Amino acid sequence: MNTNAKAQSPEQTIKNLVDNKKDLPGALLPILHDIQHQFGFIPKSALAIIAQGLQQTEAEIYGVITFYAHFHLEQPGRHTIEICRGEACQAMGSKALEQAVKNQLGIDYGQTSANKNFTLEPVYCLGNCACSPSIKVGVKTYGRMTSSKFSELTETLSLYQLNLGEEL
Amino acid sequence: MSTTLYLPMDTTAIAMGADDVAKAIVFQTKESSEKVNLIRNGSRGMFYLEPLLEVETPQGRVAYGPVSVDDVESLLTQGMLTGNADHPLYLGLTENIPYLAKQQRLTFKRAGIINPVSIDDYITHDGFVGLNNALTLLAEDQQNIVDEIKTSGLRGRGGAAFPTGIKWQTVLDAKPTGAEQQKYIVCNADEGDSGTFSDRLLMEADPFSLIEGMIIAGLAVGATQGYIYLRSEYPQAQLILEQAIATAYQQQYLGDNIQGSGHKFDLEVRIGAGAYICGEETSLLESLEGKRGLVRAKPPLPAIEGLFGQPTIVNNVISLATVPIILAKGAQYYQDFGVGRSRGTLPFQLAGNIKQGGLVELAFGTTLADIVNDFGAGTYTGEPIKAIQVGGPLGAYLPEQQWHTALDYEAFSAISAVLGHGGIVVFDNSISMTEQARFAMEFCTAESCGKCTPCRIGSTRGVEVIDNMIAAHQNQSPTEQSVALNELLVDLCDTMIDGSLCAMGSMTPIPVKSVMTHFADDFITDNSTQYHEKVTAKEQK
Repeated sequence: MNTNAKAQSPEQTIKNLVDNKKDLPGALLPILHDIQHQFGFIPKSALAIIAQGLQQTEAEIYGVITFYAHFHLEQPGRHTIEICRGEACQAMGSKALEQAVKNQLGIDYGQTSANKNFTLEPVYCLGNCACSPSIKVGVKTYGRMTSSKFSELTETLSLYQLNLGEEL
Repeated sequence: MSTTLYLPMDTTAIAMGADDVAKAIVFQTKESSEKVNLIRNGSRGMFYLEPLLEVETPQGRVAYGPVSVDDVESLLTQGMLTGNADHPLYLGLTENIPYLAKQQRLTFKRAGIINPVSIDDYITHDGFVGLNNALTLLAEDQQNIVDEIKTSGLRGRGGAAFPTGIKWQTVLDAKPTGAEQQKYIVCNADEGDSGTFSDRLLMEADPFSLIEGMIIAGLAVGATQGYIYLRSEYPQAQLILEQAIATAYQQQYLGDNIQGSGHKFDLEVRIGAGAYICGEETSLLESLEGKRGLVRAKPPLPAIEGLFGQPTIVNNVISLATVPIILAKGAQYYQDFGVGRSRGTLPFQLAGNIKQGGLVELAFGTTLADIVNDFGAGTYTGEPIKAIQVGGPLGAYLPEQQWHTALDYEAFSAISAVLGHGGIVVFDNSISMTEQARFAMEFCTAESCGKCTPCRIGSTRGVEVIDNMIAAHQNQSPTEQSVALNELLVDLCDTMIDGSLCAMGSMTPIPVKSVMTHFADDFITDNSTQYHEKVTAKEQK
């Protein structure tokens, strides 16, 4: 066990991430990605630290974060499930799939399930249009999705999380 | 003895279970006396056959597909390792599969053949021949490279179809400003159109061709810094691109002294954050600069004042990845493909309700019906085709009488349609055209950058008007009301077309108007059939 290193505060971690990239041209998006990668979302306390590091206002930083669908200011569930709403998926029944998923998880877009396992988001095209309808969980896309395949998948995801503590 | 197997690691192959198949193959051959060398290649683009497993034999590569984990055992016991034909998934020599054999692959000629992250593989398959020729041309005059691109007739493959050579010429002639004296090459890899995946496939199957194209662009106009702006929805492409770029640096194809030529080019991947509008070039530049992706007014053109105010080439993935073959084989070779002012090939992408979806690279001039019937083999559900949307969410829905239009930019423009990025989405007769028209407006409300009123407010009102039309229809309101709402929608569309700052607002009316024009009988009727029931019924068969 490491005894001499005191756990770093989130603020210090954020400051380090900002310092690593602040000199890149157009550094803001890479910094936001790094922070979100580290925490799963962008903590509110990050805004002032980024603003100071980049010599911008907090309002500017907030404006950028909220412009992009990918960035979140709230902690999401353990698995973020994105359902593709693109036309290719619609041609293969994604509207019915969307409804089935919402019913199964008991949540709407932008919401997190009560057990904090799943957050649901819409996405406009995963580029898997020849094998639609598609959903994405974390970095992995799944093709030819049906409501029954989705039930199996969520069961597996819950099991992994609870029993093994692993990400799929 | 060792047998070489190929199994793609492209997003679609993985989405259809390729990773699990790979694990099963490794596990089941571990104890075998026959050693197996499993290479994770890119996809050939025959997505209806993914995961497609190939075996190298003395006769060539033999294919089996689509392979599931449950098939691995029988494949191994029934002689797959020697290319045996006695298996239901046997497809013969990959090259001879009609879907592939009938294509004219120029940009995608290496896709699915090579290991995408092996630079040796790339070089063995004619990689960097274009770059070497470019360096020779450059020794005489920079203008020579730009002239080759002009002569080839290449037009931007991202959708707007602007002549690539003219864009390059503008950047070559432009003077950088300020202390930095920098020009930039920006690759637009924000492939947001539904029904399109050629950029993704190219980056995942042959990333070095994009890298090579960007280096050549840099040499041609005197830009030493490049960025690939990649959408965050494509994590697999990011992984492969970054590995390829690192290798290109190690092998001195990137960096300060490209192959000892004294020329310099640096390249970096930047990830977007889920905004469709960032596929618009000025929005993309704002995003690269670390801002909200708000559209800029043009002029100034990005070629003159682009990234950080400097002269910038913004080209799509396919445009840039096509540059190496033009330089390798000569402008004339490329020019000889195609029709009219649409020269060369376009990678068409067959998607949606289609039996054999995938990538089909062909010279311009073939027809939609030919592609959908010959390659696609009809709908996935087996129902008749009702409409085909070409060119992404801002493209027209085409009725049957237009399926014989030649696939070239001008012919499409003549029927008020767009070829865009070459995406073809097929819908069967269960589709409700009313819902699709409404969705076009809804998509624009979700993805508008918000800078100009016609797009931001117009799309919101568009959804409202269509909802009112549906309500009027359901209440069987008097005809006058329907006529008035119809006129209102036409007016609104025209305002968006004429008044929007960029293509997002000005093209959203294209799908809406195509539905009003060609599916008038169907528009505002109540036929929202349960698509999913049909699909599910088919899956269960």
